[in-house]
Amino acid sequence: MIVAEVAISLLILVGAFFLFVGSLGLAKLPDLMRRLHGPTKATTLGIGSMLIASMLYFWAIEESPSIHELLITLFLFLTAPVTAQMIAKAHILRERHARESIPGTGRPVGWATLDAAKADEHSEHTQIPSGP
Amino acid sequence: MARLFPHPILSIVIALVWILLVNDISAGAMALGILLGWAIPKLTSRYWPDRPRIRRPLAVLEYFGIVLKDIAVSNVQVAYLVLFRRGDTLRSHYVTVPLDLTTAEAITALAGTITLTPGTVSADLSADGRSLLVHCLETADPAATVAQIKERYERRLKEIFE
Repeated sequence: MIVAEVAISLLILVGAFFLFVGSLGLAKLPDLMRRLHGPTKATTLGIGSMLIASMLYFWAIEESPSIHELLITLFLFLTAPVTAQMIAKAHILRERHARESIPGTGRPVGWATLDAAKADEHSEHTQIPSGP
Repeated sequence: MARLFPHPILSIVIALVWILLVNDISAGAMALGILLGWAIPKLTSRYWPDRPRIRRPLAVLEYFGIVLKDIAVSNVQVAYLVLFRRGDTLRSHYVTVPLDLTTAEAITALAGTITLTPGTVSADLSADGRSLLVHCLETADPAATVAQIKERYERRLKEIFE
């Protein structure tokens, strides 16, 4: 019992540390693309440790095993990259310096975000914003 | 068999997710999970014209293991960079990763993996779906990063899906 309690406490502390670092990265890093690295990575391990701690707690202390946590992990792994990619795409579309700093595709066509925006340019509803 | 289970992977996923959702490994939950795993793909099969094929199921497990290990490593690396480096001294680059993968599922898996693993976030796909824009947080040699992504993840995904 005491072993389980120590293990659970350690996992919660490790989780709290990585969640903190992820948030710190979000606040501290200088530009949007670098900031994206904090919340997409540091938090996955943080949340992962918390969820393992939760499973261990219900299994060892409450003695009613819980497997919900695996599903939370799965959905987190599915949604974090999608969110990051949508933010990155919005950034590329909105900021002129971001559009100018990205490399070529190495293909005869451009990047999907910008090509789609170009195709829409003549429609009356959407236009590439010229940036702040 | 193919008529009974038109989309076997989806069936397995639905059954597993159901059991996890009710949070109970009992005969009743499993029976309902299997029933849902049979009924939902059968009712929705016409919305799934192209089904991903998994060529080597065991390779999927190996891939998951590698990705989980890399997620742990990448967390420690990013934590170190965030805590002990000034943000504006990080050598961040965009790199272009030319893709050998052609199926949408494989490219999605690769983009997700890149975002979850060491110091890289996938940002965009070329309009023809043949190259991926990736942002690296800290890299001394962008070409080596591209080579590592191709060797470590893309090669394995190609074995699994294509």
